[in-house]
Amino acid sequence: MNRYPLWKYLLIALAVVVGMVYTLPNFYGEVPAVQVSPLRSNLKADAALMARVEQTLQKAALKPEGVVLESGSIKARFSTTDDQLKAKDAVQTALGDDYVVALNLLSRSPQWLTSIGALPMYLGLDLRGGVHFLMQVDMKSALAKKMETYANDIRGSLRDQRIQYSGIARNGQRVTVNFRDDATRQKALQSIAKAMPDLDLALTEDSGEFRINADLKIDAQRRTQEFALQQNINTLRNRVNELGVAEPIIQQQGLDRVVVQLPGVQDTAKAKDILGRTATLEVRMVDDDRMDPASLQQAQAGQLPFGSELYYERNGQPVLVKKQVVLTGERINDAQPGFDGQTGEPAVHINLDGTGSRIFQQVTRENVGKRMAILLFERGKGEVVTAPVIRTEIGGGRVQISGRMTTQEARDISLLLRAGALAAPMEIVEERTVGPSLGADNIRIGFNSTLYGFAAIAVFMIIYYTVVGTFSVLALGANLLFLVALLSMLQATLTLPGMAGIALTIGMAIDANVLINERIREELRNGNTPHAAIFAGYDRAWGTILDSNVTTLIAGLALFAFGSGPVKGFAVVLCLGILTSIFSAVMVSRCMMNLYYGGRRKLDRIAIG
Amino acid sequence: MEFFRIKKDIPFMRFARMFNIISLITFLIAVGSLATKGLNFGVDFTGGTVMEVSYAQPPQLDGIRGTLAKIGFGEASVQNFGAARDVLIRLPVKEGVTSAKLSEQVLAELRKDNAQVEMRRVEFVGPQVGKELFESGALALLFVCIGIVAYLALRFEWKFGLAAIIANLHDVIIIVGVFSIFQWEFSLPVLAAVLAILGYSVNESVVVFDRVRECFRARQYRNATVPQVLDAAITQTMSRTIITHGSTQMMVLAMLLFGGETLFYFALALTIGICFGIYSSVLVASPIVMYLGVSRDDLVKIEKKPENESGAVV
Repeated sequence: MNRYPLWKYLLIALAVVVGMVYTLPNFYGEVPAVQVSPLRSNLKADAALMARVEQTLQKAALKPEGVVLESGSIKARFSTTDDQLKAKDAVQTALGDDYVVALNLLSRSPQWLTSIGALPMYLGLDLRGGVHFLMQVDMKSALAKKMETYANDIRGSLRDQRIQYSGIARNGQRVTVNFRDDATRQKALQSIAKAMPDLDLALTEDSGEFRINADLKIDAQRRTQEFALQQNINTLRNRVNELGVAEPIIQQQGLDRVVVQLPGVQDTAKAKDILGRTATLEVRMVDDDRMDPASLQQAQAGQLPFGSELYYERNGQPVLVKKQVVLTGERINDAQPGFDGQTGEPAVHINLDGTGSRIFQQVTRENVGKRMAILLFERGKGEVVTAPVIRTEIGGGRVQISGRMTTQEARDISLLLRAGALAAPMEIVEERTVGPSLGADNIRIGFNSTLYGFAAIAVFMIIYYTVVGTFSVLALGANLLFLVALLSMLQATLTLPGMAGIALTIGMAIDANVLINERIREELRNGNTPHAAIFAGYDRAWGTILDSNVTTLIAGLALFAFGSGPVKGFAVVLCLGILTSIFSAVMVSRCMMNLYYGGRRKLDRIAIG
Repeated sequence: MEFFRIKKDIPFMRFARMFNIISLITFLIAVGSLATKGLNFGVDFTGGTVMEVSYAQPPQLDGIRGTLAKIGFGEASVQNFGAARDVLIRLPVKEGVTSAKLSEQVLAELRKDNAQVEMRRVEFVGPQVGKELFESGALALLFVCIGIVAYLALRFEWKFGLAAIIANLHDVIIIVGVFSIFQWEFSLPVLAAVLAILGYSVNESVVVFDRVRECFRARQYRNATVPQVLDAAITQTMSRTIITHGSTQMMVLAMLLFGGETLFYFALALTIGICFGIYSSVLVASPIVMYLGVSRDDLVKIEKKPENESGAVV
């Protein structure tokens, strides 16, 4: 009666082998590495880049342990952190600013393990050190900004159609337009309703004024918010790239929050600075009088003409730009790629706010036929995004840049113009920083607690239940193995509370074996034969084990659903641990019992203490 | 080896009233403390900043307090934990100062006094996030309670379910009460521990009740009174109860001893929970079942088992 069919033995053996394979990478430790990834989407990490990295390293007389191309980045491993730092500097200098060169730690596990997806557990920030920020996007101001754009659009469109209005103002998230008489208002209402379907329009009269109140429709509000959040995430991603973080996480959380996790970043002041920074955008006039080759050459040699500065376009073309700033990026409400209405060429449509429109109109009137430059300043360095020729006076704040650009370029430029500023201001509402030494300490703490606790339980079980106790301990070990393997397989984030969860599940998992063993003893005491006792012990204990685990599972699920951050890590481990413990305590220990006792026809006693 | 070779059932139920009085008193003390002193909520729930800094030599805490007072953080709490070199600084939420830059400012100021100070950990939680964490914690607690009651109601007779949840909520109140009495910091991990304990110690009631149900069905107890059956069930499961909890406690003890500041209160909450878990699930839950008037009919009616199988139960 105490024999398993062959398939059950095989199943358990398979589980143990798979468990071992997936646990294995955790024992290899980590090697210092340098990770190179392209900063822009038009650059690719490919074999050519890999060759360049390899050459650079060779030139610097650095011998990497290996260079691999993996998921969009090139990773070079080194034997010492010293080499790693040297390599980082060498590669950064060779590749320039178009690539992120970051320090990273890679698993030392052999290639064949990596290729079957066996990776070490993914450590949370509290274990590896790093920064966690939760940033709140100020949606009110995103909506206000959107309405400012609409106020401009309405002003422009009414002017175009020569509809007389007496005033336009934005008040919070509402734009009000005043008219002198109802007939004009009706005309305007039709025109606005047709041109801007996203607005809810309402009519009011106030002390002789005929008024249209325009509010953003609910679904348009939602779209605006989603757009703002998405754009902020993009901007953050660009900025984080500068920090040279190997595996940053930038994710949306809820409707108006962004989580930023930067493993390994120690300089939190710098990180906050960069994340919180607003890149500035400036519109200036090109110094057209001195754009002749001779002057440019002189300027490149360091002799700048008075009142001008030298900047470069993205294709490397030098441009002399006047120092005087016409407009700054704050005046830009929006920039979208699109097409020229007449020629069908790709174009960028920019929308300026009220003040910006006025200034822009004046400047363009005075400078028809000349070039203006849009400059982006980031990290204290300026770059000419585009330098179009002014064809005509531009009023109404709606600017179109077109000519000599592809659709891809139009998209890139509008992204740059937008990404220059965040769509809406953000504020850090939660920060958790863990220093590297504490991270390492935490790993040690978690490991030691589990080790000593496990050892204590093992000693006790073996003394108290002798041979059967040994089986229980082995089953408990299998449980630990399965749990670690499962965590590695799922790449669930392991936190310090998660490690506490491993310890706790081990402590609780022994319950199932104690239940079984006590039950076997009881059956023996009641005069059952050893075989019957084993059978009844497992059989009767099963229902109880199931019951008791379900209740803990409920607690684990609740923690998972409502918990956040490290506590969620605890919940994941708790839930997985319960599942593995049911399997190992019942199947694995039974398997050993069956192997050891099951084959004996005449069994006089069980060594159960 | 065997610790518990008990020949006769221990008459627990005879002392039921006494246990109830003990429970009631501890419960009232816990509630009283919660009502008057309240909980010392950690930054997770209140919002604020916690910094853990480490010095090469044990620093003068008063000196650090003075430095902080100088830059306007007179209300900061500064204390040692673990080693004398490690200092924990708590800064409350300040009206108007929502910026996370605070920690940098403090660290820069501390560096001026002693360049060797090392930042180990910073936690800043905005008041809004704190409020949300508090709410989701309360929701989690509610969810666990409802989930467990629902499961027990499904699995057992309602009287058992009710008794188990009363006993275990009594546990929770006592753990939280102890944290209130000693004004230990109640943080997110402590809440996690409390919920885990809730799940864990319901196990205990489940095991006892499983046995109660079995005993009610057993021929041996056909003529036994309800208290006798409960006594028998508790006595039979006692060995397992003590050993299991002992094992779990060994693990928790390892965390308590080696876990450092972060895991200390987590492990402490588990320890209190495990100790009270034994007591409450056995000596609180069972009397409640008795008072609720459980009878053999309640169980035997629900689980109609074939005669031959119940005959196998001894």
